[in-house]
Amino acid sequence: MRRMDTLKEPALAATVERARPTDVIRSNGAVATLERVSKNYGSIRALSSVDFQVRPGEVVALLGPNGAGKTTAVKLLLGLLQPNSGKVRVFGGDPTNPENRMRTGAMLQVGRVPETLRVREHIDLFSTYYQKPMPATAVLGAAGLEKLNDRKFGDLSGGQKQRVLFALALCGNPDLLFLDEPTVGLDVEARRMLWEEIRQLVRRGKTVLLTTHYLQEADALADRVAVINKGEIIAEGTPAQIKAQTAGKKIRCITQVPLASLRDLPGVSEVKEDREAIEIHAVEAEPVLRELLAWDKTLSGLEVTSAGLEDAFLALTQEGAASVN
Amino acid sequence: MSTAALTLTTGQMQRSLGHTLTIYLKEAKYEFFKYLRLRVYTLSVLSFPIMFYILFGLVLNAHEAIGGMRVPTYLIATYGTFGVMGASLFGTAAGLASDRGLGWLEVKRASPMPPFAYFAAKVIVSMIFSTIIVLALFALGFALGGVRMPVVTFLSLLGTLVLGSLPFSAMGLALGYFTGPNSAPPTINLIYLPMSFCSGLWVPFMFLPKVVQKIALVLPSYHLSQLALETVGAGMHERVTAHWEVMLAFTMICLGVARIGFQRDQEKMYG
Repeated sequence: MRRMDTLKEPALAATVERARPTDVIRSNGAVATLERVSKNYGSIRALSSVDFQVRPGEVVALLGPNGAGKTTAVKLLLGLLQPNSGKVRVFGGDPTNPENRMRTGAMLQVGRVPETLRVREHIDLFSTYYQKPMPATAVLGAAGLEKLNDRKFGDLSGGQKQRVLFALALCGNPDLLFLDEPTVGLDVEARRMLWEEIRQLVRRGKTVLLTTHYLQEADALADRVAVINKGEIIAEGTPAQIKAQTAGKKIRCITQVPLASLRDLPGVSEVKEDREAIEIHAVEAEPVLRELLAWDKTLSGLEVTSAGLEDAFLALTQEGAASVN
Repeated sequence: MSTAALTLTTGQMQRSLGHTLTIYLKEAKYEFFKYLRLRVYTLSVLSFPIMFYILFGLVLNAHEAIGGMRVPTYLIATYGTFGVMGASLFGTAAGLASDRGLGWLEVKRASPMPPFAYFAAKVIVSMIFSTIIVLALFALGFALGGVRMPVVTFLSLLGTLVLGSLPFSAMGLALGYFTGPNSAPPTINLIYLPMSFCSGLWVPFMFLPKVVQKIALVLPSYHLSQLALETVGAGMHERVTAHWEVMLAFTMICLGVARIGFQRDQEKMYG
């Protein structure tokens, strides 16, 4: 097989360049899909008839608590598992197709990576699997590993080890990246560094499927979020849409008004005690505040904030769990 | 978007033979360095046969004979067998069990690595370490034990032992698919240490009780040690092909078991 970069015919080369998006168009624009996919481990239902798409050029986050089925979904898309029912398609074809693997990179949760090999050796080996890998210096730069080139994997810190796994995912210059809980176990600084590196990837036009149980992470990185819980996708939309789907505001104050009365206020979805204060979740703050301030002249410590993605998420997964049961 | 253009795009994804060869070589190269730098591996796999040989072949019984063959020469064959067994089993089984159990193999499977390259690398590296062990034993015997043999004989011994390590690599792959990262090393020990004893690798075969000698007949390690002894002229002059046949059968069985394990991992067992 002649390699494409030895083609002298510019017209032919141009045809080849344009040919690549065809397989994307063939599968209704999605780069990867789960179509009514179910997956069991024995009697445990990991995924229940899930429909999910990854669209070209986007960062989509699969957000859910531990055990929700995120890693199962990723492994199905990588062809590491077979579905019990439904279809899995990557680049329009079977995920176990070796040609598809040439165009994907994966960062999975690993218990042990060979520790006696150096960073550059790991990257060299993985780069060799691909047809057109990134140059080693570019990989090291993209993963922030320039100074750690010669270090043995076993001598690295947790954050550095994650960056090496990240480097292995992108060393083949893939079109589609799977990042399974990329920042789990990292401290705040290491996490922010990895986020920045992921953002740079995205700026270069890669498509990324990210799984996480860190709500902040989905909010920070993703164009679109699919919330998954107990094997089902319970909500899908932009981070802003997900936030807007449930109780919009959080009112915190110290008040004498009894909890039962508070719950009857307009648009209130939840009332919680938090040490000496009360936390009220409501769709809109103003109607609640008007009543509250009229009732209780001694009210103090008033704070009004937007319900973060955290609260939206908790509400969604609790609702989801309730509706499943 | 002509069909021709699409065909060319698909063609772009197939590797040239040179590229595939490069992958296999690099996989083997890094597998070798991985184990060479691992103290646990080099100490147990390389040092034990060498230590036993020095103690029992050079220090203690250097001037004795077993069945007419000088001890230092005899023991190169038997400890050589022991050594290649250990190198093959620990190289393949422990590594495979660990990679599978701790998620590393999944990372490699998710990549475009040709699956066969992974296994081929493990087998090649086991053969390299086997060669190192036999060379080391011979070097010690030559330098300190007065071992002398024609070059052809030595090459025949080396070739027999290295080729004969393959059944144990196969066994290692089978074990690797059915043990976990923590249970693999003790399981290997539980199997290969008694196997070595019953095959006459420590106490020479002719001094083993009759009952144990009968057990030896089904053990590939017995057959390999007999083949090795044949090459240096210390064998019992049995049909050489019979030994190879048993080892081949053993290899086939182990590869069959390994294949079941492989397909179970891929979840393709029942189509």
